[in-house]
Amino acid sequence: MSPALPVTVLVRSVVLEARRGGLPWLALGAVAIGVGLAAFVSQVALTESRALQAAVLAAVWRACVVFLVATQVTASTLREIQDKGLELMLSLPLSRTTQYLARLAGFAACGVALAIVFALPLLAWAPPGAVLLWGASLACEAALVAAAALFFAMTLQQFVPAITATAGLYLLGRSIGAIQAMAAAQLGEPSAASRLAQYAVDAIALVLPRLEAATRTAWLLYEPPAAGTYATAIASLLLYALLLAAGGLFDFHRRSL
Amino acid sequence: MRPVSAVPRWVLAFLSLTLATQVAWQARRDTGMAAAPELPPAPGTHALRLASFGEPEGLARLAMVHLQSYRTPDYARLVEWLEAILELDPRSQYPLFSAARVYAETPDPERSRMALDFVYRQFLRDPNRRWPSLAHAALLAKHRLKDLPLARRYAQALQRHATASDVPPWVRQMEIFILEDLNELEAARILVGSLLQSGTLHDPAELRFLEQRLQELERRLAEQNR
Repeated sequence: MSPALPVTVLVRSVVLEARRGGLPWLALGAVAIGVGLAAFVSQVALTESRALQAAVLAAVWRACVVFLVATQVTASTLREIQDKGLELMLSLPLSRTTQYLARLAGFAACGVALAIVFALPLLAWAPPGAVLLWGASLACEAALVAAAALFFAMTLQQFVPAITATAGLYLLGRSIGAIQAMAAAQLGEPSAASRLAQYAVDAIALVLPRLEAATRTAWLLYEPPAAGTYATAIASLLLYALLLAAGGLFDFHRRSL
Repeated sequence: MRPVSAVPRWVLAFLSLTLATQVAWQARRDTGMAAAPELPPAPGTHALRLASFGEPEGLARLAMVHLQSYRTPDYARLVEWLEAILELDPRSQYPLFSAARVYAETPDPERSRMALDFVYRQFLRDPNRRWPSLAHAALLAKHRLKDLPLARRYAQALQRHATASDVPPWVRQMEIFILEDLNELEAARILVGSLLQSGTLHDPAELRFLEQRLQELERRLAEQNR
């Protein structure tokens, strides 16, 4: 048997579970609701109605992709742990590394598929090149969220804590730039406490992904990003996804199952 | 699934009662907001940026739509809001368009001047992108406020600062346009026509809005002449 075959089977089983669980229908429903919302807001806009539609759709659909990926990964992983399916899988002649990474690849594939489904309708509002860059960035962001959700589901093993930790990490990653700007923008001579707060925020930022630099709506509304800026944003997402995968592997290897 | 007959009758009655109460309760409420509450003080740009969770362009436009729900806002606060929203997305034309086309058209000259001053100050920060609103502001200063020196100041600012190659040549000749003996409707028609011709104006909502404004202006001038 080819060594790649069990991995392919594992990846396929993850994707198949998502498909049979109704994820495609949820995605299509979210696309339809987004289009309805955009049609509504364009009716109340005085100007820039197309830009308003594109901005609202990009923000809503980005949130939808992240939410669907995070809940799918968390629910699927925890169901497998609670049904003892994971223990059964570990009895197979497959290393823990292979099992973890194959599962992550399956979830990342679901994220990429969702990113494509949500990016394609934006072609009606933005140029193809901009949509392509935005969609590719969203796919990487979805893979990062899949890695985060898998990491927290495996380590915390409870739905509410796992989904809260994933959402917390994601929202902090989206707002850490604004928090740093707030900490840095102080009137007058900074006190020791405010300097300490600023250092603390900067230290937290070192271990967070810079999500506000990725999947920018401005790319759709104004102009695509410079090649260097885009490459940095994508590399930062992928690096953080690898970090989460490494953290997950570390925990999975130490777990006595 | 078991049939509906398996559900106890009191549960069905309880469900029907709670649903009917909910619908009746909501139907009694006013659907529209009879009086929009007072416009609160504008949040700081940092706070708005934090609230946007990395989507400043979307939040800026939604905030503008929200601002429209205040029919008679306090203009000092309104200008603060417009400044904060424009800082959130400096490339959006929405705050400037609203200031020049909606808020500056108030019959109260003091409020109108506040909105026009906002347009002028923001124009100076990015003249080659923000000139359309100042062009309209110059017309308002002349025809509504009857303040020719203010209109000329705006026209001179356009001539001096809107210098990019994609700015139509007539923008730099705005002072001549201001000094010509045109009535407000003629001037507004020429301005909208020029914007259309230069390709600056293409948004369907904006076209619809400007068309309505021209019709209102036409009606108002006809009534004045009668």
